[in-house]
Amino acid sequence: MNLKRIGSWAIFILAVIYFLLPLVGTLEFSLRARRGVYSLDAYRNVLDDPQFQQTLAYSVILSIATVILGVLIVAPTAFWVRLKMPRLRPVVEFITLLPLVIPPIIIVFGYIRLFNTSSILPLTGSARGTDFLLAAGYATLSLPYMYRAVDTGLRAIEVQTLTEAAQSLGAGWATVLARVILPNIAVAILSGAFLTFAIVIGEYVIAALLNRPAFGPYMVWMGSNRAYEPAALAVIAFGMTWASMGVIQLLARRTRFTKG
Amino acid sequence: MSSLLPHRLERSLSLWLGVLPFFVFALVFLVLPTLHVVIGAFTRPDGSLTLANLSDLMSGTILSALWLSLRISLWTACLGTIGGLLVAGAVIRGGLPPALRDAVMTFSGVASNFAGVPLAFAFIATLGRLGLVTVLARDWFGINLYATGFNLTSFSGLTMAYLYFQIPLMVLIITPAIDGLRGEWRETAESLGASGVQYWRMVALPVLWPSLLGAFALLFANAFGAVATAMALTGSALSILPIILFAQIRGDVLQDPHLGYAIAFAMIALTGGANVIYIWLRLRAERWQK
Repeated sequence: MNLKRIGSWAIFILAVIYFLLPLVGTLEFSLRARRGVYSLDAYRNVLDDPQFQQTLAYSVILSIATVILGVLIVAPTAFWVRLKMPRLRPVVEFITLLPLVIPPIIIVFGYIRLFNTSSILPLTGSARGTDFLLAAGYATLSLPYMYRAVDTGLRAIEVQTLTEAAQSLGAGWATVLARVILPNIAVAILSGAFLTFAIVIGEYVIAALLNRPAFGPYMVWMGSNRAYEPAALAVIAFGMTWASMGVIQLLARRTRFTKG
Repeated sequence: MSSLLPHRLERSLSLWLGVLPFFVFALVFLVLPTLHVVIGAFTRPDGSLTLANLSDLMSGTILSALWLSLRISLWTACLGTIGGLLVAGAVIRGGLPPALRDAVMTFSGVASNFAGVPLAFAFIATLGRLGLVTVLARDWFGINLYATGFNLTSFSGLTMAYLYFQIPLMVLIITPAIDGLRGEWRETAESLGASGVQYWRMVALPVLWPSLLGAFALLFANAFGAVATAMALTGSALSILPIILFAQIRGDVLQDPHLGYAIAFAMIALTGGANVIYIWLRLRAERWQK
């Protein structure tokens, strides 16, 4: 046991303490709602709250819409760029990385000004329009992850061969995409989808500024009005994030095995 | 119609048709909104050009918010870079069991996305006035954390919370660079009589330097754009720049949208600039990773 190893263990253990304590603390705090004993009261209060059910359902539906929108935008383009327009690749990649550079608050600020009721595209004028705008904003946020996931998936299959084979059997472009390419990159799309879900489900800034009843604003409202319920919400939110990430890991492992 | 077009043109048109939805979407929902904000920063409500909005940034509340944002971003980027380097170095090169590496990488992937409301709640539940650590410190060691000047809704509290996503992000970014340090370099250094410290100071760190600086820039941008964590943690007790902008967009505080554009432009310039530095340094650093 040399000095280097002792130092490494010390750093590792310190990191474990720092990263574990907030998780343990949240769990413990969420169980403290009843005086003197641990109970699940905070969770019961949260789960019984109709606001919780509504906002969570809203965010889940919205994240599904986001994923569908994201796939519709990213998959055909990634496929097309790979197959026919490789020179466009750097441009497309650059655009998909922009949402990592421009803070979401700026993007939503632009939305509010650009799509207000007196503009050519008055999306913020109606609830449905704002919902669409929110989904579009989330699809924008997820562009970097979605594009990379889909592109990795495409790299692993023989795009050219599959396309030509399908075409020689008489398939049109829509058929090639929907029935040949998409099923072959389904795992990659799914991992992009779950990452999107993890990012979208508790998002606060865009939802709050567009004034939609999403899960993020609900959590903030609970945070300033309740004591123990926010901790329960945090545990639930962490649980959902971990579950999504776990699914992604599983998917990644599955592809590795099927490839091997 | 198609017979009227030359064949080549028709071909290239149909080529572009395939990527049209993507470019239209990116234009409408990403590029135009950002441009609108940027242009707004340089114009008056009547559309004429001006620099007055930007010079208005230099007024009391906004200047102090900008300064606070800069300090918190620089400070958490600095601590995050060091902390992440230490953790990654310990796990990859410190002789720890290899299984730990996978666990740390998986955790980092998740925790680097933890920024937001739940993270703030977690720190309130842990280090708030009734939080687990606060209570245990009082009951077990008789230490009153809040009497020592610590406050979760302050600079130090926000720093602790930010590090929860900054350190894992650093671990993720720096791992390839550390993996790129070749074993032969270490052996050569040792055979020439270098100690472990000398190896790190004179070989490893100079090679890692561009990666470290680049990571620092990315961490800075990451902290600078974060809003939800700070809002849920401190309410509006700590006015960082994005919180001022948030209030401005909501119409709570400032009435002049063009001042809002100017704040937004300052944010884009800082996060964009930091990202450019990151990308440039990463390209430089990748020379060593081949």
